[in-house]
Order: sequence, then C-alpha cells, then structure tokens
Amino acid sequence: MSVEVTDETSAFALPPLIEARAARAPRAVCATLPNGLDTLVVRRPTVPMVEVRLRITLPAANRATAAATTARGSLMSSSMLFGTAQRGQEQLANDLAAVGADLSVSADADRLLLSTAVLRTGLSTVLDLLAEIVTSASYPSAEVSAERDRLGQRIAMALTQPGVVAGMARSRRLFGDHPYAQTMPDPAVVAGLEAGTLRRTHRERVRPYGATLVVVGDVQPATVVRQATSAFADWGGPAGRSRVLALPDFDPVGITLLDRPGAVQSNVRIGGAAVGRSDLDYAALKLANLIFGGYFSSRLTENLRERNGFTYSPHSGIDNAAAGSMFLVDADVASEVTARAVHETWYELGRMALAPVTQGELDLARRYALGTLALSTATQAGLASTLSSLAGQGLSPSWLAGHQKAVAGVTVSDVQEVSRRYLSVSSLATVVVGDAALVEDSLLSLAAVRAPE
Amino acid sequence: MPVRVPSLPAHPLHRLTLDNGLRVVLAPDSTAPVIAVAVYYDVGMRSEPAGRTGFAHLFEHVMFQGSAHLPKLEHARQVQGSGGVFNGSTHLDYTNYFEVLPAGALERALFCEADRMAAPLLTQETIDNQIDVVKEEIRVNVLNRPYGAFPWLQLPEVLYDTFANTHNGYGDFVDLESATAQDAAQFFDSYYAPSNAVLAVGGDFEVEQATEWVQRYFGRVAARATPARPQFGEPALTEDRHAVVVDPLASTPALAIGWRVPDPVDDFTGFLPYVVLSELMSDSDASRLEQRLIHRDHLAIQQAMYLGLFGDPFDARDATALMFQAHHGSHISAAQLCDAVDDELQSVAAGGVNDSELARVQARIAAQLLRQADPVLGRTQSFAAGELIHGRAEFATELPGRLADVDAESVAAAAAELHAAHTAVLELKPGAGA
Repeated sequence: MSVEVTDETSAFALPPLIEARAARAPRAVCATLPNGLDTLVVRRPTVPMVEVRLRITLPAANRATAAATTARGSLMSSSMLFGTAQRGQEQLANDLAAVGADLSVSADADRLLLSTAVLRTGLSTVLDLLAEIVTSASYPSAEVSAERDRLGQRIAMALTQPGVVAGMARSRRLFGDHPYAQTMPDPAVVAGLEAGTLRRTHRERVRPYGATLVVVGDVQPATVVRQATSAFADWGGPAGRSRVLALPDFDPVGITLLDRPGAVQSNVRIGGAAVGRSDLDYAALKLANLIFGGYFSSRLTENLRERNGFTYSPHSGIDNAAAGSMFLVDADVASEVTARAVHETWYELGRMALAPVTQGELDLARRYALGTLALSTATQAGLASTLSSLAGQGLSPSWLAGHQKAVAGVTVSDVQEVSRRYLSVSSLATVVVGDAALVEDSLLSLAAVRAPE
Repeated sequence: MPVRVPSLPAHPLHRLTLDNGLRVVLAPDSTAPVIAVAVYYDVGMRSEPAGRTGFAHLFEHVMFQGSAHLPKLEHARQVQGSGGVFNGSTHLDYTNYFEVLPAGALERALFCEADRMAAPLLTQETIDNQIDVVKEEIRVNVLNRPYGAFPWLQLPEVLYDTFANTHNGYGDFVDLESATAQDAAQFFDSYYAPSNAVLAVGGDFEVEQATEWVQRYFGRVAARATPARPQFGEPALTEDRHAVVVDPLASTPALAIGWRVPDPVDDFTGFLPYVVLSELMSDSDASRLEQRLIHRDHLAIQQAMYLGLFGDPFDARDATALMFQAHHGSHISAAQLCDAVDDELQSVAAGGVNDSELARVQARIAAQLLRQADPVLGRTQSFAAGELIHGRAEFATELPGRLADVDAESVAAAAAELHAAHTAVLELKPGAGA
C-alpha cells in the first residue's frame, strides 16, 4: 500500500515551472517630429497588421470650466469623424474601411485618444487620414446637432446603469469640484453645445505639442517615422496648455449612501489616494493591491466570493491619471448582506495595513504581476495601448524593464508599509448605491451614513 | 483602389486522439514565449433539461472549485502563481476553460486541466457557495440593470419553439437553488467524458514534449461513454412573430429582430454570405445601417447586426440566427425601424453590392480576423472551437480565405432571403410594470 501511495503522490505531484526565455523588450524607435509630435514605433510583425494610437492631451483649464470641458470633449470625440476639409463623413468612413481600419475617438479628463488597427498595407493611408482629421475636422452643424441629441440619450441611458451611478458618486466624493469629478458629461451642458464651439476648441486644443503617436506592428520603424513626418507636416501650432490641476483632499469619514429604491443589489465603491507609476512605492503598491483584491487569488475574492458568496466579481485596482493615481475597490453585493460585505472589505483592508502578508502570498502576486505584464505586451494591441498609456504619464518604454526589476525586489515589509499608507480604512472613502430601506440601518452599525455629494 | 489584403501567417497544426477519446490539437508558434491551453467540452446551455435551467453555467463555476489533487482555490493559484490568467465560459453548444501562461508553465497547466477533467470536487458546500455567486452574477448582469442581457436572453423565446432553444440559459433562481451535488456528479458523468472534449494547446512549445505531457496527464483520465449529441435545429418560421418586454429600469426603448439563417455547419457554404452581409450592413461607420439609421434618417441612437446570440458567427451549431438590435428615441416606433432595416436588406438584394463596397467589407473582415489571431489565446480558442463545432481545427486558418471568396451575388441572394423571410421582433419598452 505504501508503495502505491508513494507512486500516487509522485505521479500526481504538481509539475515544476520551467524558466521561460525572457520576453524580448520592445525596441522602440522614438522621434520628435518637427512640429513637436512625439512618435514611438515598434516593429512587431506577429500578424500583418498595425496598431495606431494618437493621444492628444486635453486637460480642463480650471475648476469653473470643468463641466464645459468634459461636455465639449465628449461631443468632439463623437463628432470628430463627421468629415474634414477634403471629405464628408461617408467618404471618410469608406476610406478608413477600405484599409481595414475602424478608427475610434474617445475622451477623458486628460486626453483625446484616436485609436485603430489597420492592415499593414494601409498604414500610410491611415496616417494621412489622421493628419487630415486633426488639421481639418469640419464638425458640420447639422450632423453635430443630431449627434448632440444622440449623446444626450446615451448619457441618459448610462445614468440608469447602477455601476455608472456608483462610479460617479465615488468620483464626486473623492474629487469634489476637481474636473475628475466629471466622469459623465452633464446633459444640460451638452444640450447647449454648438458646432462652432467644437470647431474653435479643436483649433485651439488639438495640437501636436504634448501629443504622442504610437505605432506597433508589421512595420519598418524608419519608414513609419518618414511617413508620419510627411503626413503630419501641416499640423502645427504653439505648445498648448498642459498643466493639470492638483487633486483636492477629501473627507474619508462616513459612508455615502445613494438611495436606489427597488435595487436587488448594492454597488459598493471605495477609493483613496495612491501613488503613480513613476513613484518608488508603485511596485510595492501594485503587489499590495493584487494580494488585497487585484486578482482572483486575492484575499477579497476568497472572502467575499469564495467563502461568503456575497458577490460575483469583487476587485481592486490602481487607476493612473495625469493629476494623480487612486486606489479603488468595487464590489456589487446582494442587498441583504451589504453591510456585512462592507465590513468584510474593511476587515481585509485593515489586515493588509496592520499585519504582514505571507511570503507565499507575495511570491504568488509577484509572479502574476511579471507574467501578466509579459502577456499584455505580447500582442500588437496590448503593447500599443501600454506604450500610449505610459506616454500619457510622461514615461518612456524603458519604464517597463525598470518596473519589472522593481517588482522583483519588493519585500514583505515594503508591502506592509505601502498598505499602511494607502490601504488604511481611515484614509479611504466608502460609497454605497442601493435600496436605502434595506441597507441603511445595518450600514449605520458600521459608520455614520452621509448624503451623496 | 482596393488594398491588397495580407493573409494569416501559417501555423502548422498537429493532432492526436488519446485512447480515452480526447481530441488534441497542438499549434506551436514561437513568436512570443507564451502558451495557451483551452479545453472545450461539447455541452452547453442547450443541453440542459427542464427544471435544470442554468445548470451548464453553474457547473462551469463548480469546475473551478477544486479537483482530486488541487483543493478549492488552488487552480487559480497555480495558474496565476505561474504568471498566467484563466477563465471559463458557457455557450449554447459548448463550455470552455482556458488559460494563458508564460511558456515554462505549460506542463503545470496541462496537469491542472487534466486533474479536473478526471475528478472535479463536487461537494454540496461548494455548489451552494457558487449558487450564491451565480445569483449575484445574474443580478449584476440582468436583474439590477436596464437592458440586462437584452436581447440574448429574451429574443430566443420569440424566435424559437423548443425548450432547448428558448429557455433561460442563465437559469431561474428556483432551478439554481435546488441544484445538488448529485445533479453535478450526474452532469459530469454524462457530459464531461474525455471523448466529449477537445484540448487545444497553442504557443511556444516543442510538439514532442507537449505530446508526452498530454499523454501523461490526460491519458490517465478514464474513458467513459460519449453522450449522443441531440439536434437542436428547428424549421423556419411560418409567420412573423412579435413580442414586447417592459423594462422598468430602462430610459429609452430598444428593439431586437431575429432571422433564422442556414445551418452554420452542415450548410457552411450557404451560411458564409450571411457573415459578409452582417458586416456590410452593420460593421463600422461606413456600413449600410450605420449610414441609414444613424447618419441619414436619425432613427436610432446605436445599432448592431450580428450572427449568433453572442455575436460570434462560428461558435454555435444549428439553430442560429442573424440578430439586429438598436436603442432608439421614444418618438421613433419599432415599425419605422423594422421598415428601414428591411428596406436596406431589399436594397442590397435588388441593387446588389458594387466592387468597392465588397472590397471594403472584405478588408474589414480580414483585419478583424487577423487582429483576433494575434493573441495566442485567440488563435488557440479558434482551433479548439473549429475542431469541436466544425470537426476541423484547420477551419480557423481556412476561414479568412473562405470569407474572401464570398462574391457579391451570394451576398445579395442572402439579403433577398432575409427580406422574404419571417422575422421575430422583440420590443423593449421603458416603464413601470407590465
């Protein structure tokens, strides 16, 4: 019997991990074009495609104009492809589709992002069309007016989604009157926008200085730099405004409760200040976040989901924006266990801040962080988006190698120190969206309940 | 001047069938030091019996609850602690489990998948826990939000007749709550036999080494009877159908239309023009419906036309459908939208598709397929699904060529069929109470 047991044990022992050959660090060719546009090209010929990201900084000028800036950015992004000096909406759409491109434009509080994939054979066409768009987007009045109505309806639809409402409530709590509180355009401000305003804003703000063009795929980098130099030669203008407003302090005391009568679930949202990618503590905070709630093998998932069945997909993360980074926790939980879920989440935060994690937990999170970094930059699209996002924070591709090194060196005490600073319950704000009649009394057992901002 | 459309890099495929019947596809490719493992079981929502709605999906959750040599949570820790990511998903005709990892973790990933193919832990405690988790999943995706699971959960009731095709694949709470460990054991025994599954491995590995590991870990899973696969096809609609759902959480109306289309497997050649047609109608700003419904007539806020309930034309057998959905303002009627969509179909049917339009659509299709094939997981999943649904992993590499060969006449003919066919229309109306 013992022989059999031994055989059984070895035959079913976990196979070892073999050290894989290291992922090739992306060799990026960087060039600043004569007009100031920073260009970054990586040859990655895995499929005969090219990924393109054009990021244009567009921060709000001040607190007073935040709502207007958000509304303008949103309508500009959804109207930017309605035509140029040379072609109308349909012609532009046809010319993009003909090279396999599906250009999208998005806006957030920091930037506009034009993003597409394109067949290798169509890259120069896409660069020419991008240049045409940034230099001469026409914002035709009738089309903008129709889009303004659709945008208003899309905002109204979004405002019925509890996850959206909860995210907005947390942003208002954390950011007060800072532009980052404007996660959704105000429908009333959108309704007042005119095409002329968009044209003027585009002329004044869509500028090459501070913008970054990222091209990743089946390309020859030197050729792409030449093509981009020629395509964007007529895009100019002086350096624009790029200063971002500092984030305000917020009052972390008490639970914000936003009543949603009839809700069968509560959206728990927690947040507080964190450090960004350029900070020395970032690698440790990233691992602390993973151990707490940043992946499936986290304490939060084990507790809320796998032990208690309170929720489907609890998670935490670090959100990196130009003005600062935030640590965020999300969980959508059954109404009847809302306060218990908040309590367990706070308990796990407290445990992170007060007691060391185990070496095993740290090693698991570290291998996950390093492995998934390699996975996410193994594809053309993943690498392009990563490089564009880094550029948005003024970081070069070499940040990736430095970050890997920093992650490799994080210790248990590093994790505890950053947890004490950034994961303490006392420094985080908690917001709950749910049926107040069902959840308010039990939440009061945990903390004072406050009205939404 | 249409661009030359580049083709997919060739990935050599190796296949074997183990003694226990497991079909294996190996797709080596050393462009990046990563691998993907995908196990596809030939059972999905359509195989659930009455009284057990949602069971295929619940069982997918339970497959992550430990196995003979990996206690609860250990599967996730093994994969993530190797630097990888994992997930599973339940479809109409199959349930899949997959992970993507650094290349050095291949043997461990194979061990983990084989361990739960041999003997998942099916205890009442973990089943009860996952029933709670699934109920929260349903609340977050369906019950606590507007337009929850619209239209994939509601349109089949209008479009089809049989229980297999019409029932709620997420599951009624009553059915979910009564699920037992014994049900799970029976379901596993019936449907999770190795001969009812496909294993695909893609990425950076040596074929000989991978074959040895596959034999070692999966070869010891005991053979069981392969379940008979029922036919889920239904005859064409014989009349137009129409239904209304009221969504108290919604702010604006929505509309879904379903058309029955040819058998995507047995009549693959007849099915392909519908794939090209759906792209021509709805993909990108240049498409017919985007131009008509959004830009020209201002009838919709957003629109989409696609094949298959979940938007993947190739992941289901018969019966499958062409779907259209739109959100629209309250001042626009469902009939106006239906008429406009039908008018565009008729325009393709009667007016045809010119060369430059077809070239644009073909360029977009090629670009989307190439983009999907870039991640090792996308490639590996398409091989597994090709092998399971179409009986040929090569299906995935042949598809771009087959779609590129679809000509204008067959696209117009497909549009004519749809224009003449009966439809299933579902209106979603905002408002309180039905």
